Amino acid sequence: MTLVPAIVSQSPRAFRVFLVLTAVFVGASGCAPPQNAPINDPDEAFNRQIHDFNKGVDSYVLRPVATALVPPGGGPISQGVVNFASNLSAPGDVLNNILQIRLGRAVENTLRFAINSTIGFAGLFDVAQKMGVSGRDTDFGETLHVWGFAEGRYLDAPLVGPTTSRDLTGKIVDIAINPLQIWLPAPDRSIGTVAGAAAGVVNRGRYVSTVDSILYQSADSYAQSRILYLQNRRFKLGQSTGEDAMIDPYEDLYAE
Amino acid sequence: MQSNSTLTRRRFAAGFAMGSVALALPMPAVALTAEQSQQLIDKVVADINSVINSGKELGGMIADFERIFARYADVPTIARSVLGVAARTASPGELATFTKAFQSYISARYGRRFREFIGGTIIVTDARPIKSYFEVISQAKLVGQAPFDLRWHVSDKSGKSMFFNIIIEGINMLAAERTEIGALLDQNKGDIGALSAQLKTL
Repeated sequence: MTLVPAIVSQSPRAFRVFLVLTAVFVGASGCAPPQNAPINDPDEAFNRQIHDFNKGVDSYVLRPVATALVPPGGGPISQGVVNFASNLSAPGDVLNNILQIRLGRAVENTLRFAINSTIGFAGLFDVAQKMGVSGRDTDFGETLHVWGFAEGRYLDAPLVGPTTSRDLTGKIVDIAINPLQIWLPAPDRSIGTVAGAAAGVVNRGRYVSTVDSILYQSADSYAQSRILYLQNRRFKLGQSTGEDAMIDPYEDLYAE
Repeated sequence: MQSNSTLTRRRFAAGFAMGSVALALPMPAVALTAEQSQQLIDKVVADINSVINSGKELGGMIADFERIFARYADVPTIARSVLGVAARTASPGELATFTKAFQSYISARYGRRFREFIGGTIIVTDARPIKSYFEVISQAKLVGQAPFDLRWHVSDKSGKSMFFNIIIEGINMLAAERTEIGALLDQNKGDIGALSAQLKTL
């Protein structure tokens, strides 16, 4: 869950700053991801500063805008925005599926893009989902995982929120290799990014109480968002369905 | 049931053999099965489904969730687990107070999340053994969203079949609450009594 959308990529200068920041943090990721590695956060002090900055952006800009525009729970317009953005990310998903050599998923995501772009009115309606073609989101961070790169270190990136060095690298590569970015003429090519940012605002508004509970009602919002991000991400990458990921509270109680 | 009273020598021998096996195994006489775990979660899910579609106000829903939690979840074990090492040095009185405060806190916290499932349904799909307990897999189907994964961990180690963990799209309640309760305990300088008092205000 990205708490703050990647607005950064809309402005070339911000994007360059972002690249530099990333280059600083993205260390060499080794191979063979250890199953359910513990939290690797050597830059915690710095990450906490970025987390506070992101919270400031959220409380002064993102949250007020989102809550003014989007009712809690959303509505048909919100759903349309999210569907539209999700459809525009499909070509990138297909490309990543091919790089991951998951051809079945590549076919499914292609079919989904074809259905929603046509009878789904340019992706505003998720007709494919109703037809049982739900598709599967992916990204270059997942491709790196499939290729054997480890998660790397935990990062709280400016305007991006919780991520890891591998996943942040993935986000940047995704922008660079996005088929829309390459196929479309200059003014239109950023449509996917703009739609993605709009979907981020919508999601901040429709899940307002969930996000607020993490950012403003938890005792340590940094530690809470870190564990939520890592557990959810590892789950999506199929890393945490193993037995070792789970806690057996009875072991401590009854083992003695 | 006359035949039951006639204890033949062979039956006695068989019964004796089974009895000694049961004594030798360090587990409850009637071990939990995947099927029983699934039946328990079927009940929990039916209760949750009726709450999220009851049309009640938030306060009423949270009270209902607390009843579900108290009935089907092993709250004392969950409370001990989220306290971590502090639970080992706590007095029984402190633990009891904390467990009570934690039950209301966790019901409100997860009740608010489950409330976002209004109009949706949860469907139990599968159950499988993990280590010494069972994982029951369910899917939450919400309006206008892709279904998401909801898992329940069930054990009978407390003497009764109850769930002790909920995993929502990989996010583990025990792990998230260990982080949260740990941070709150630090804020209260390790004082479990003060922590319990603070939980009641959240």
